[in-house]
Amino acid sequence: MSHLLHGLSLAGALGGSGSEYLLEARQMQALSLAVHIPLVCFGIAFPAMVVFTEWLGMRTGDPVYRRLAKRWSKVMLILFAIGVVTGTILSFELGLLWPHFMERWGEVFGFAFAIEGLAFFAEAIFITIYIYGWDRLSPRAHFRTGMAVAVAGVLGSTSVIAVNGWMNNPQGFDLGANGEVTDVRPFEALFNPNLWHEEVHMYMAAFIVAGALVAGVYAYAWLKGRRDRHHRAGLIIPLAVLALAAPAQLVIGDWAARTVAEEQPTKLAAMEGLDHTTEGADLTLGGVYYDGSVHGGVSIPDGLSLLADHDPNATIEGLDAVTADDRPPVGWVRNAFQIMVGIGTALAALGLWFLWSRWRRGGLPGTRWFYRAVVAAGPLAVVALIAGWIVTEVGRQPWIVYELMRTKDAVTGAEGIPVGYATLVVVYLGLYSVALFMLRRLARQPIEVEERQGAGDVEVLP
Amino acid sequence: MLADLAAAVLVLALSAYAVLGGADFGAGFWDLTAGGAKRGARLRGQIKVSMGPVWEANHVWLIVVLVVMWTCFPKAFGPLMETVYVPLFLAAVGIILRGTAFALRGEAATISEARALGAMFALSSVLTPFFFGCAIGAVASGQVPAGGDPGDPIGAWTNATSLMIGCLAVATSAYLAAVFLAADSERAEMSDLVAAFRARALGAALVTGALAIGGLAVVNSDAPALYDGLTSGAGFAMVLASAVVGVITIGLVWTGRFELARYTSALAVGTVIVGWVLGQRPDFLPGALSFEDAAAGDSTLIATLIALVLALAIIVPSLFWLFRLTLAGRLGDKFKPIGADPKGER
Repeated sequence: MSHLLHGLSLAGALGGSGSEYLLEARQMQALSLAVHIPLVCFGIAFPAMVVFTEWLGMRTGDPVYRRLAKRWSKVMLILFAIGVVTGTILSFELGLLWPHFMERWGEVFGFAFAIEGLAFFAEAIFITIYIYGWDRLSPRAHFRTGMAVAVAGVLGSTSVIAVNGWMNNPQGFDLGANGEVTDVRPFEALFNPNLWHEEVHMYMAAFIVAGALVAGVYAYAWLKGRRDRHHRAGLIIPLAVLALAAPAQLVIGDWAARTVAEEQPTKLAAMEGLDHTTEGADLTLGGVYYDGSVHGGVSIPDGLSLLADHDPNATIEGLDAVTADDRPPVGWVRNAFQIMVGIGTALAALGLWFLWSRWRRGGLPGTRWFYRAVVAAGPLAVVALIAGWIVTEVGRQPWIVYELMRTKDAVTGAEGIPVGYATLVVVYLGLYSVALFMLRRLARQPIEVEERQGAGDVEVLP
Repeated sequence: MLADLAAAVLVLALSAYAVLGGADFGAGFWDLTAGGAKRGARLRGQIKVSMGPVWEANHVWLIVVLVVMWTCFPKAFGPLMETVYVPLFLAAVGIILRGTAFALRGEAATISEARALGAMFALSSVLTPFFFGCAIGAVASGQVPAGGDPGDPIGAWTNATSLMIGCLAVATSAYLAAVFLAADSERAEMSDLVAAFRARALGAALVTGALAIGGLAVVNSDAPALYDGLTSGAGFAMVLASAVVGVITIGLVWTGRFELARYTSALAVGTVIVGWVLGQRPDFLPGALSFEDAAAGDSTLIATLIALVLALAIIVPSLFWLFRLTLAGRLGDKFKPIGADPKGER
């Protein structure tokens, strides 16, 4: 806890002149993002899983798959509805908290948001038709509507990630004599070099989070003795998704880290807690960063140089390459990075366990520990997801637009930030309670309900 | 020219949100005023059936408005957000509360819980358009400065004009909702509900009309520049058109032609918004910033407009399909009264 507080106070020390509530504004934004991003995972990955399951049903004619897809589509709608309102809050916050950021740079990165807004529009239309259209549309039309939901979800989230990539690697414009933005090139801003690894990394993360959470629900049922074909399919499909995505994520993560080493060396130094620029830098696995250095952990000689540059003698830029004013809060970034990598590795191992068992035994592992691990995997995957975004976003500090605009120069001068922050905390708690309540109620309905009821009969948010 | 095109897109998206999103808010108003648990049960049931499949798509117009504003007019978006943050934040919270309460209230275990949740849904349905209206009022009455210190965080949207526009937004939403719900009830062949919503539509139309006329007097003394814009030139033409279409709508509702009234009532609301913007042209923030000066560079405007055209080629037919399926009763829940018996719904 002490290093957490330390990180907080350090983040505050980086604030300063912009607004007296800079830290609260950043926390408020971080809270809203943390609430929204797990839902985005379901927007990206879950439609693909649902449509795949529906396709299995169409191909095999087995009603188990169709019932499962229908049940999942109800979950999808509930989570989408909550994502709609939390996403709306985010749109407002961009302007309410960071008006100077939007005013100065909106014309550069805004194009990506325009695409996102339109993709989101298509998603909202098709998801409604998909959910309410079970038994009412032809199977083919229904399946195609589901595909449209999946495509729109990916397109929309890609655009948002493009904006984040741009904040980390701003380009697609020139600066005039007084620092004014001129000659905007929207496509160059959209297709910035950070887009690709961030997009693929997040896309995989979405499949891991959605796969692990859904599998966790059915693993819990499995432990409770519910092992009929419905629960078996509900367990194996998301587990397969997790088992394919989690090991792949290790490779993608390496690619992402190498890009960061190239484009944002200070962020990499913070991720590793590397104080001084070093030739042949060691890599410390594990350990906790506080009071200005890493405590504990296992040191691998030249490991960081090898990872970042694939060369044991490579020089890695340390935090001392920039002045203290330009460094992110190292504790947050390094500890979050360790958490993400640790959980990611564990999830990959869990996935491989499942694959090995399928291959060697032709079925699911026998030991109850496997199912307990799957139950734990869901929440852990969410923690890794949030930790990863802390690495990107806190690691970008003190900049909101990397090396061009400081966060403290972007923040609003509004007085009411603490009140708004407190309000949102209460509102989000309420919102998540409602979501859990509705999902639990849905889970308690017998699956046979899906045979006789239109999917639209689930309660939906207005 | 490009800035004008982008402004046109912005105004159309805002009108679409005011009409479609507004009707959803208005439905909440009728829920609030539907009467006791027994008396209002059928009304509340029809409101749920009508809103269920379309609210998400309707809500997205708000996102489109925000995105187009900050992409195409970033220099107006920043100052706007820094001045009128209080009503905009309250409206955003209202959007969340409304969704949560609407989802939960069918699940209430006791009649008092059901009432509390219903009240939360209905109250936030009224407060959200009110605060959006106040924010628009702050812009229209020239309370939002640009390129310097922000305006008064409270005073900017609590002048007479802003409060009046807030009330007008609530009344307009209720009016649209009543017309739409009457048409939906007629399709569902529920004559008691048709009569109930018809009466509400007529009442709301009269209140909205009276507010609009009385509002002009308020605007005349409180925001003379806005008054001039609304009573001369293109702005006046639009206001006049709205008045004519509004009267026609009353006639259509009176004679029970609700399906046609659906479109004329939407037109009456859309023309007012277009009239307001034409009236204050060339300014985006009256007295502070023109559309031209607020606009992004040409390349951003062109890229955004092209993306919009391409996307609308997909979205418009899909939206048309969604509305057609909904109106044909092929989507959506079965009608169930809400509230008479808290468990009776499921």
